[in-house]
Amino acid sequence: MKFLDYAPAPESQALLGLKTDYGLFINGEFTAGRGTPFQTINPATEQQIAMIATANEADVDAAVAAARHAYDGVWSRLSGSDRGKYLFRIARLVQERARELAVAETLDNGKPIKETRDVDIPLVAAWFFYYAGWADKLDHAGVGPNPASLGVAAQVIPWNFPLMMLAWKIAPALAAGNTVVLKPAETTSLTALLFAEILQQADLPAGVVNIITGAGSTGQTLVNHPGVNKVAFTGSTSVGRAIARSVAGTDKKVSLELGGKGANIVFDDAPIDQAIEGIVRGIFFNQGHVCCAGSRLLVQESIHDDVIDRLKRSMQTLRLGDPLDKNTDIGAINSAEQLARIRELSELGQREGAERWSADCVIPTTGFWFAPTIFTNVSTSHRIARDEIFGPVLSVLTFRTPAEAIAKANNTPYGLSAGIWSDKGSRILAVADKLRAGVIWANTFNQFDPSSPFGGYKESGYGREGGRHGLAAYLKPAVRTGSRSAAAVHATPVTKKSTSAKKAAK
Amino acid sequence: MNRLAIPKTYKLYIGGKFPRSESGRVYEVLSHKGEFLANAAKGSRKDARDAVVAARSALGGWAGATAYNRGQVLYRIAELLEGRRSQFIDEIMSCEGVNAAAASAQVDEAIDRWVWYAGWADKYVQVAGNANPVSGPFFNLSVPEPTGIVAIIAPQSAESLLGLVSAIAPALVAGNTVVVVANESAPLPAISLGEVLATSDVPGGVVNIVTGSPAEIAPWLASHADVNALDLVGAGDLDWVELQISAADTLKRVLPPETGADAAAPALSRILAFTELKTVWHTKAIL
Repeated sequence: MKFLDYAPAPESQALLGLKTDYGLFINGEFTAGRGTPFQTINPATEQQIAMIATANEADVDAAVAAARHAYDGVWSRLSGSDRGKYLFRIARLVQERARELAVAETLDNGKPIKETRDVDIPLVAAWFFYYAGWADKLDHAGVGPNPASLGVAAQVIPWNFPLMMLAWKIAPALAAGNTVVLKPAETTSLTALLFAEILQQADLPAGVVNIITGAGSTGQTLVNHPGVNKVAFTGSTSVGRAIARSVAGTDKKVSLELGGKGANIVFDDAPIDQAIEGIVRGIFFNQGHVCCAGSRLLVQESIHDDVIDRLKRSMQTLRLGDPLDKNTDIGAINSAEQLARIRELSELGQREGAERWSADCVIPTTGFWFAPTIFTNVSTSHRIARDEIFGPVLSVLTFRTPAEAIAKANNTPYGLSAGIWSDKGSRILAVADKLRAGVIWANTFNQFDPSSPFGGYKESGYGREGGRHGLAAYLKPAVRTGSRSAAAVHATPVTKKSTSAKKAAK
Repeated sequence: MNRLAIPKTYKLYIGGKFPRSESGRVYEVLSHKGEFLANAAKGSRKDARDAVVAARSALGGWAGATAYNRGQVLYRIAELLEGRRSQFIDEIMSCEGVNAAAASAQVDEAIDRWVWYAGWADKYVQVAGNANPVSGPFFNLSVPEPTGIVAIIAPQSAESLLGLVSAIAPALVAGNTVVVVANESAPLPAISLGEVLATSDVPGGVVNIVTGSPAEIAPWLASHADVNALDLVGAGDLDWVELQISAADTLKRVLPPETGADAAAPALSRILAFTELKTVWHTKAIL
């Protein structure tokens, strides 16, 4: 070791008390799944962490039945303030067990401990704390006075932010008065099951939250179950499409948070050091496993070479390796399958004529790893400029005028996120107006907050998570007498001539 | 001696113009008593696609207009409708077979509905948007924006004018552009509304009206990749689940069919159904 090298600084695993086998969490208790159990591995070492149960159709039925029973018998009858108190308890328990959850998440997912410790788990607690306060204030959610909950929510979440996605789903659902059946991603079930223990500690009534594990087919059975009233899904656009098809003709309310190919636009007057940091944060945060990643860098032609030089210098300082090490910036790719996809698209990028450059870092011999990579000379028709890679791979394009930047940024079926880097406030506002994306970061990137709505335009899905709008996604207007319930009561115009007003008055 | 009347040729309304169907087809519109009223254009797949092209090219201008301006343009439609009351009353009476009082009440309500929705244009953003108190040095604002092109199957049952207005007005408020398939059996008020739109300040292409068979045209609109949203309010008698399934290919926003007297009742939720919430994080300097 040389004088200026970092000594290893791994976070201790001593506070983990993991079991060797995990069952399904149904009706407040862990039960064995009736499908074939599977192993969950540490993607940094490929070592098994635990065995996870698979829920088969009968298990899904049982979980939905438990959620329905809890909805009818307990949760829908509880006062908003009592629902809120349970959510506050959960927020506090997450804070108390934050380090344990962070270590478990890093083990199971492969993301650096500094991210789970400083971003994922704090946001989980914040999400529950935020929505806890909403539970007794639903009249202000924006769907009219005295809104109604939906019933049983089926929630299917991805592997990139396992516990954070769980919080995004469960917190607003419970605050609004729904009960939940949640299926975590196959490769990252562990923290959801630790969360089930937290629910036991919080003494949440049995069946209000049920957590069932398994592969995609378990999720499919769950969202297609006739007993669910709401489907909330975060994941790929192709699965989102399949869900949109399968719920056609039903009255299930749906939120879909799908893929993205976010444009990060750097103008020539940008604060350049912050922009470089933001580009790195935009694409290499969480190994690029981020649906809203800034995976397309649009840089103004006049500063292209300077930006690329600085970006490469910055990328050379990124430390790839043991996710549990507190100095690690780039952790492991979550699965062999995902690594194969990143490799495939990167090789395609080279074949299509883009110029590949990767940071020079030592790749560990076991586990799944991919060095931070950028492609220059990318054109808009290249697959690496169109397809979501979902890895630490940045495609760089150039533009000359703001109009060209906007046209290129919007030239995608996706519409989840975008970034703007400029020192000129009026330009930021004008460009932000023209971008067809649900979340836009100006002179920052990848910021999240429970009070801030998140979700996409176009094929990035519909519905919002976070904020008042994320709460409304789990509510419906008060039931009116008469044939029609879709219109909020307060929205009906009251005029002498209005027949609808007359009917409402009858 | 009675003067010989000059009957009107009823055509489509696409891109601010009144073309015949490119297919050359027409269908007979009959009165309630079975008398011949007119040959209406029987719109085709190509007409629907032309309408989508017109709606796309009009979108930037309409969505980019100020809210005050959109509100005034929508209000202007009510003004012009008021001046053409008798024409619409006649058409409704002959198409729907209702008496003058009922036709007159329908026109009144259609006019009032334009006024109600026009007033929302510069308010819905305030009601549905939000300033968000995030934990950090950011100014964080959420604002609803138009979804894009909304394809609408207008209500097919009674009250042809009111049904049409109730379906298209809310989509227009936010700045969407519209392709609407009119009431098949009572299309005359729809085309006359097109004449009102053409002579008001609504830019060409913002509203495109196709007459003909909803069962034939709707699948082309539901599967059209450049359509962003689908309002099936009047599609109750069609195979609307199939339409919804085909709309899922490009993840269109879909509103389901509505039936009964309260179908397409005026509501803020109808405006918001065709909006997308945009959240922008602006960095604050640390002083």
